[in-house]
Amino acid sequence: MTLLIEESAASTQKKAHKVRGKVRLREHLMGWLFVGPFGIVFLALLIAPLAYALYLSLWQKKLIGGTNFVFLGNYVKAFTDPTFLSGVWFVVRFSLVAIPLQIVIALAMALIVDAVTSLFTRFSRLMIFLPYAIPTVIGAVMWGFLYSKSFGPLTDIFGLFGATAPDFFSKNLIFYGLINVVTWQWAGYYMIILYAALQGIDPSLYEAARMDGAGKWQIALRIKIPLIAPALLLILVFSLIGTLQFFNEPQILRYLAAGTIAPGFTPNMYAYQQAFALANFNYGSAISFALGGVVFVCVYAFLFFTRKRRSFL
Amino acid sequence: MKRKSLITAAALLAAAGAIAACSPDQGKSTANAGGNDASSCTNTIPKKQLPVVTMWGWYPNTQLVVDNFNKQSNEVQVCWTNVGQGGDEYDKFQTAISAGTGAPDVIMIEADRIPTFQIQKALVDIKNYGFDAVKANYSDGAWKDVSIGGAVYGVPVDGGPMAMIYRKDIFDKYKITPPKTWAEYEQAAQKVKDAGGPLFGDLGANVPAVMMALQIQKGATPYAYDPAQPESIGIALNDQASKDVLDYWGNLARKGLVGTQDQFTPEYISGVINGKYATYISAAWAPGYLTGAGVGKGEDTGKFAVAPLPQWDSANPMQVNWGGSAFSVTSQAKNPELAAKVAYGLYADDESLTDGWTNQIIFPLNLKALNDPKFVDLKVSFFDGQQANKEVYVPAANAYTGMTYSPFGQYYFDSMTKQIGAVIDGSITGAQAADRIQEDVANYAKEQGFTVQ
Repeated sequence: MTLLIEESAASTQKKAHKVRGKVRLREHLMGWLFVGPFGIVFLALLIAPLAYALYLSLWQKKLIGGTNFVFLGNYVKAFTDPTFLSGVWFVVRFSLVAIPLQIVIALAMALIVDAVTSLFTRFSRLMIFLPYAIPTVIGAVMWGFLYSKSFGPLTDIFGLFGATAPDFFSKNLIFYGLINVVTWQWAGYYMIILYAALQGIDPSLYEAARMDGAGKWQIALRIKIPLIAPALLLILVFSLIGTLQFFNEPQILRYLAAGTIAPGFTPNMYAYQQAFALANFNYGSAISFALGGVVFVCVYAFLFFTRKRRSFL
Repeated sequence: MKRKSLITAAALLAAAGAIAACSPDQGKSTANAGGNDASSCTNTIPKKQLPVVTMWGWYPNTQLVVDNFNKQSNEVQVCWTNVGQGGDEYDKFQTAISAGTGAPDVIMIEADRIPTFQIQKALVDIKNYGFDAVKANYSDGAWKDVSIGGAVYGVPVDGGPMAMIYRKDIFDKYKITPPKTWAEYEQAAQKVKDAGGPLFGDLGANVPAVMMALQIQKGATPYAYDPAQPESIGIALNDQASKDVLDYWGNLARKGLVGTQDQFTPEYISGVINGKYATYISAAWAPGYLTGAGVGKGEDTGKFAVAPLPQWDSANPMQVNWGGSAFSVTSQAKNPELAAKVAYGLYADDESLTDGWTNQIIFPLNLKALNDPKFVDLKVSFFDGQQANKEVYVPAANAYTGMTYSPFGQYYFDSMTKQIGAVIDGSITGAQAADRIQEDVANYAKEQGFTVQ
């Protein structure tokens, strides 16, 4: 008897298994169907160009002598190329200054806008965010004029105090000129992300803190900031990746200060120059991948040092 | 910046889609289809039944030139697009060459870029497509600048004999006469500065072609290149003459005698209008460009005059050239013979040439215009009625003997811009800059497979 029962049980199980398998297969197909449109675009517009660029970066084309396979030769060249290395050094230095500055400003603004609710803060929230809505190219052109000695306000402002206006297009000051443009453009965007995270905090936490005697500063420092740490990390990683790939602003300002902003000013600009001005797509691709490697190392190092607090990756 | 640039890229893609509608490719395909889609060209094609040749160019009066050609031609029509001026156009052409598709049939390029594109086999030798018929219309020197070996890779349109444009009001105020030598130029600059006057000139990092021309004026020969032996090239960018000229300008900048502003920028143009610079070392096409940018129209009307380029050795004057362009046929042209007809015919009719020189847009190389007494005697309104052609530009053009350009002009100019930038900020001397340019360009040449001599 027991044997029979067991047998029938096994057969029902098998049947159920079969049915479940069919359902799973159908679910599987449906899943692929839903992912399909994205997958095709992803493959065609991201993976395929990347693979092609990687392939290109393994070859070398010369004006005399044609195209040869050099394997990693272009990468060896890139990492010994002073122009590429100085470009990398520039964006790394730039990140070290620009990112903390942007985050501190964004955090301060987000905390203020979160703590004070009035018509004015709503208005300022919009105003602080506005620079992000302006395309980077237009923003760069605008700042090009603001920095101008003939058109910009700097000459007049400094003239009031009898001083000469700083030339942000000079070699010494271009770094700060660009820091300013980037901070202006991005601090508002980061503020919105942080503000959204702040809005997600349960207000009863503040109530409890107040009951325990916490002041406004303590609430901000001990409750709000620790709770939005994941959002802070997220924008740090975003801005790190973005800043290492710095391109738009210096490329535009180059038209106003070609002597200060050389074609190899940042690694991305160098890749652009190699590929599109000098027709050296192979070396341009290699620089792009080398930059990708630098970005990967920087982000990995960053995540490694902040690994205790991360919760989004 | 990256996410934003993705959005920008998406917007650009959308825009590119719109532009693609007027790209030469489209023009070509419609041409092959027999009908001409007027929306694919900047100009309107009047004779829609004729075959179409696509063309890129940026002369300010290209519209008129193309219309004139199309009106007169019964064989072919031109579909014109302006894809940018100078470097912008070259970058696009370069990309089209690498891609093997997307280039126009005929392209306007400056003579100094012809070797750069010729070595990539991107240009067609048009000697067999009607050269003999128009040979007499241009001087031997003009043909030399567009020829490599025995082959002709372009039809000359305009030249850029260089001269010194100056502000009469400033010269009068500080009681100076146009300097005849570079030593006098420096003395005059010092005199104006000591009297509290404006800058005397400008050293722009973004106009390396000027520096090259001024070096050649002092006797430098940057390149020795024989296309019969394309793999070997002579590079001499740090000879004494090159160093001297870079040092000369570096010193002027260091002493605060000349400005260090990039040229062709709003900043520079406003400086020219406001009398911030007493002189502008430039070419014959400059008045047209300056007028287009708004110079000489307001308070500064009639304040400009022109004098011959200062010399190093006034006993042995040397004239040089900046810019000046030609029409070349690209190797992507479907029908090179037809394209050559366009290259030979465009901007060669009297009406277009007259419009070009009366508005000072071009300094014509076509002898029909160059020998026209009306052209020679023209009282140029930009120069307050001065007979600039007769007094300055025509003699300069006649004394010009041609230059040898390099097959990697873009790299050379980029390198120069970078090092002139370093001279301007005072971190190196002109002589050091010349050494660095030499090393940089020679390394590039070796890397590109040349044997450097």
